[in-house]
Amino acid sequence: MEVTVEPSKVVEAAQLLDRHGFAIDAVTGMDWPKQELLEVIYDFLHFQTGMRVAYRARISRKDAKIATISKVFPGADWHERETHDFFGIEFVGHRDLSPFILPEDATYHPLLKDFQA
Amino acid sequence: MLNLGPQHPATHGVLRVKVEMDGEFVMKAEPIIGYIHRMHEKMGENRTWTQFLPNTSRMDYLSSMTYTHAFVGAVEKAAKIEVTERAEYIRVITSELNRIASHLVGWGAWIMDLGGLTPILYAFDDREKILDLLESVAGNRLTYCYYRFGGVCKDIDADFIQGCLDFVPYMRERLKLYKALVTDNIILRKRLEGIGPISAEICRKYGACGPVIRGSGINYDVRKNEPYSIYNQFDFDIPVYQECDSMARYLVRMDEIEQSLRIVEQACAKIPEGPILGKVPRVLKLPVGDTCFATECARGRFLVRITSDGKENPYRVRLRTPCFTNLSLFEETSQGMMIADALAFMASLDLVIPDIDR
Repeated sequence: MEVTVEPSKVVEAAQLLDRHGFAIDAVTGMDWPKQELLEVIYDFLHFQTGMRVAYRARISRKDAKIATISKVFPGADWHERETHDFFGIEFVGHRDLSPFILPEDATYHPLLKDFQA
Repeated sequence: MLNLGPQHPATHGVLRVKVEMDGEFVMKAEPIIGYIHRMHEKMGENRTWTQFLPNTSRMDYLSSMTYTHAFVGAVEKAAKIEVTERAEYIRVITSELNRIASHLVGWGAWIMDLGGLTPILYAFDDREKILDLLESVAGNRLTYCYYRFGGVCKDIDADFIQGCLDFVPYMRERLKLYKALVTDNIILRKRLEGIGPISAEICRKYGACGPVIRGSGINYDVRKNEPYSIYNQFDFDIPVYQECDSMARYLVRMDEIEQSLRIVEQACAKIPEGPILGKVPRVLKLPVGDTCFATECARGRFLVRITSDGKENPYRVRLRTPCFTNLSLFEETSQGMMIADALAFMASLDLVIPDIDR
């Protein structure tokens, strides 16, 4: 199942899935430069039923900020940090967004479509 | 403060762990990753679907068959490419052999971490037999690119089937030896029992997967819960242990070797004749949209999320790897452990670093 949510509702959505016993699968981003949008995709799965849920939130490319869900699912901590590395999306309330997989002095975000190596 | 790695044999590659200690006890262990990051996801965007295929086997080099399986599976699902039945059987046989080989390395290296240097030599000896078999069909020994969209690139022959059928009883005998030599060993038991408990709740919150969750009482395996390929046609069990400790994870892996042998045996007996490659368009363009495909790798759930904008190159390839999530729970769960136990616990997660870093 896949749904789109308002960027302000991502934490609420995570709490809802948490109450229903879902496990976090992944958090990732996507760049849509033509629409001036960045998208954050949250994947969840249920161990007992095998059900999968994904929800997406679209935020402006210029002001790429969204609340962190790592307080609800601590596993999101690393996924969000990685997404920050690759897309430059700021997860508000995240404990540490310093470069994670990229070199420690990295100032670039390689998965943005306008990134030139 | 103790700096573990990045060049340390116990970290199985280039992983660094920054450990704050109080005497022998771990106060905080922070894994620092990215030393062999290659940006596979970006590479996916600047080459065609076909050209990206070899990349997928270079994440977890120990069980690369299952990784290529996830990617070809995703593309086949999106492009509605049919896989021939014989090819599905070949995929199952080679994937399961690969899983056994991977567990053997994981097992040997784990015992080596605990100070037992002999078992890894036994494990490598047995793994060699699998690698010879896989090399005879796939052409290489680790980073296979054997699966293709619609099937596999080379047919297996009677010699290969015979080789598998000979290997199954041989390996079963060896498992008895492993049990007598290692599993029942009192020192091993003392090093692993009760060490590194991970509750089912922690597994859920961190999205852990594979033998790690099955050692914590969660009966989840992609092959059963989201059946792909033809796994639903085989009779096999998912080993689950309730103890949540490192020993439980150890036993899950040993049982999985047995179950994989069962699958190989059944698949070799039932494999039909026929073509090995389905019809695939010469220039592959996928319909616009997202497709997800997950496989059960030796270390857990590997999810590929591909996004196409209708062009020859992928718009985005997301690779969600099992070791990444399995390591992410290390910081929380290792708190308060003795450093020697923390290493035994880290080895029980069976990490492959290129898989974490991608």
